[in-house]
Amino acid sequence: MTARTFVCRCEDVTLTEIERAIAAGLSDVEEIKRYTGLGTGPCQGKECLSALGRLLVARNLIAPAALRPFTARPPVEPVTFGALAAGATDHPEDPSP
Amino acid sequence: MTVAMGRADTPLPADVDVAVIGGGIMGLGLAYHLALLSGGKGKQPLSVAVIERSYLVSGASGRNGGGVRMQWGDAGNVRLMMDSIELCKDLAQQLGINLWFRQGGYLFLARTEAGERRLERNVQLHGEVGAPTRLLTAAEAQAIVPQLDVAEVRLATFNPEDGVVFPWAFVWGYAAKAVERGVVLRTHTSVVRVEPLAQGFALHLHTGEVVRARRVVNATGAWSGALNHQLGIDLPNRPHRHEILSSEPLKPFLDPLVVDLSSGLYFSQSTRGELVTGISLPDAPDGSDESLTLHSSLRFLTHLSATLTRLMPITAAMKVLRQWVGPYDVSPDGDAIVGPSPGHPDFIQVCGFTGHGFMMAPAVGRLLARWLALGEAHPMLARWSPGRFAAGGVARREDMIIG
Ligand SMILES: Cc1cc2nc3c(=O)[nH]c(=O)nc-3n(C[C@H](O)[C@H](O)[C@H](O)COP(=O)(O)OP(=O)(O)OC[C@H]3O[C@@H](n4cnc5c(N)ncnc54)[C@H](O)[C@@H]3O)c2cc1C
Repeated sequence: MTARTFVCRCEDVTLTEIERAIAAGLSDVEEIKRYTGLGTGPCQGKECLSALGRLLVARNLIAPAALRPFTARPPVEPVTFGALAAGATDHPEDPSP
Repeated sequence: MTVAMGRADTPLPADVDVAVIGGGIMGLGLAYHLALLSGGKGKQPLSVAVIERSYLVSGASGRNGGGVRMQWGDAGNVRLMMDSIELCKDLAQQLGINLWFRQGGYLFLARTEAGERRLERNVQLHGEVGAPTRLLTAAEAQAIVPQLDVAEVRLATFNPEDGVVFPWAFVWGYAAKAVERGVVLRTHTSVVRVEPLAQGFALHLHTGEVVRARRVVNATGAWSGALNHQLGIDLPNRPHRHEILSSEPLKPFLDPLVVDLSSGLYFSQSTRGELVTGISLPDAPDGSDESLTLHSSLRFLTHLSATLTRLMPITAAMKVLRQWVGPYDVSPDGDAIVGPSPGHPDFIQVCGFTGHGFMMAPAVGRLLARWLALGEAHPMLARWSPGRFAAGGVARREDMIIG
């Protein structure tokens, strides 16, 4: 694999960037996500998370049993503001002071 | 070379001059400024350790909107934020990291007469203090954000110096530079007990280790009450859930961060292209909002979307990508709680920053470090004194707290 191997295609995070995060002492998926931006794009980590997990296990940074996905963020797939607005039970308030 | 930071196995010294509990923007900003100041001109450097329970950016500092503004209702806050924004301008160079700081301004919209009066007062005050805020008509506001529906807008203000940052990079930047300058940074380690000693404190960690510190800084924000309680320190700041979301990334189309005073809706476009937006959400009937639980709600999504699509109809076709939650550390009078604790002067609070601690952190880190390392006073420190509540507290001075 080359320095331009992409692990997260949504956010363009390369293997080299992940190596840098590991060299900085980071070892769990939550902190590597926040250091590199991995998993924060449109697919929400569906593609890259397992690749990262595998790498951390291969480096003995984490035991397979201890590996957890990062917190899932709703919605499961992108939804428009328009569709969500239609689901509002309370109407947007009229201007209050 | 990459500096190792934030490890669970960083060796901790048995004794330090200053132990900072909490590795959010406040704790790390302070540690960075302490490291910059101490050790200068033949002085003995202060030894500083930061102890963080989880990973860096796990607290409010990794969950906020990254809004940075001078537009406040009180002169002290305006001045403080003028300092902070000045610091932000070359901070990326100093920290050696891209902070994604973008000064697109803040556009405040008033839809009521009361809101109008607040904006008029602000512009008058900002003029006196030297902040370049100006009053705009609805049409002028629309010239800045053409997609706005301004039918209900009575008045607006704009300050071109205000802006947004990308919070994660900010925290990593402070952490790396603090470590490079000798600060010891231990993550994934919680302080479980604070024991007062004749001089200073012993911090008992969940690992069984003990660190003695001459002075301790409580920078645990929304979680600070638990540590204070152990020492019998009774302060009125309380956690409050605040939800936020981001959209799919889009080409740049929105310059300022927009705030609707009536609904507490705010939205901006991050430098990564996402719309980042939140709103004042009326408390849930069951009181579950007054907590440190970090679950996302559909109520927030629908309420925000209804308000946003009315003010900015074009957003109806935009997609929400992800939502999350963070804790505000709410102070009852709207002012932060910073300084020596009642009964324990060497246990120093840096708490109560509600929904605006991120933007204040650069200025706060510097002024607090100057006080700790050099004994230098700052007018905000007198005002933020944790002792003010025992003395009956003070009237609220700030009415521009959003969210
Ligand atoms: C949704 C949202 C939007 C916001 N928007 C903005 C904005 O646009 N602009 C702005 O300026 N501010 C904003 N804020 C507020 C801002 O995020 C906070 O004021 C700021 O991040 C507080 O920083 P902190 O370091 O005090 O707290 P935190 O970042 O919460 O750090 C406290 C740390 O202490 C650690 N800790 C707790 N207990 C212990 C223990 N016993 N031992 C060791 N460590 C411990 C926690 O793990 C945590 O990492 C927003 C907040 C939220 C939630």
